[in-house]
Amino acid sequence: MHPVSQLATWSMILAIVLAATAGDVLTAGAMRRIGDLDEIRARSGFLGAVKAVTGNTMFLTGVLFMAISFFSLLFALSRLDVSLVAPASASLTFVSNALAAKFFLRENVDRRRWLVAILVCCGVALLAR
Amino acid sequence: MISTMTFRRWLVLVAVTLTASVGDTFLAVGMHEIGPISLHHPLSLIAALKVPWVVAGILLLIGFFASYLTALSWADLTFVLPATSLGYVVVALLAKFWLHEYISPWRWSGIAFIALAVSFIARGPSLTQHEPQLETTAS
Repeated sequence: MHPVSQLATWSMILAIVLAATAGDVLTAGAMRRIGDLDEIRARSGFLGAVKAVTGNTMFLTGVLFMAISFFSLLFALSRLDVSLVAPASASLTFVSNALAAKFFLRENVDRRRWLVAILVCCGVALLAR
Repeated sequence: MISTMTFRRWLVLVAVTLTASVGDTFLAVGMHEIGPISLHHPLSLIAALKVPWVVAGILLLIGFFASYLTALSWADLTFVLPATSLGYVVVALLAKFWLHEYISPWRWSGIAFIALAVSFIARGPSLTQHEPQLETTAS
């Protein structure tokens, strides 16, 4: 593996984190708009629920960003160590998701949720050691 | 914020946690059986679909996505993600007891952090109630 500069390393990790966050937030926003899937399934059956989800543009955009995040991860893994990329991207995504959920989904991210996001972030980083 | 959790919904979160972690582990076992795949021959990945572990892993990950979307339809993203982060712990435990990988004291401390986070989030509310919905409920 060729040596990669710090800037290139963190740019690749940032790309994964941003795409993953966009994917998670768009998917969560779509599910909130679609409504309770259990109720939709009870009303329109399993196929009705599948149609409600797959016919939603916001959901499909979210899946597109998830795919971009996955391929960015593969790209980064071909150049960087998995022991850095996997935990760094997973743990940073927890914090960026909390921020994005607060501003874009207007979720009430209170002190408990911030503490939890930071605990999980530290936990994932420690798991990689 | 309100709690919308019922016993059945907790079971959905358990399904999210287990399908993701067990699915990933099945894929790892299957891909180890196949051995390294060259970037010059990506079509050899199709051969992976003949390995039962890989097929079972893919089926579990489809189940993960379905249960994850179901959970997001009645709970906040900042509730679902940490509540299901116990999956990292399940993967570590499967790696130790099934694949016989070594878990360092650092990893055990990571497991403790995640378990603590899950216990915190589980005791909190699961859904942010926005004002328009409150007005609808009131009227």
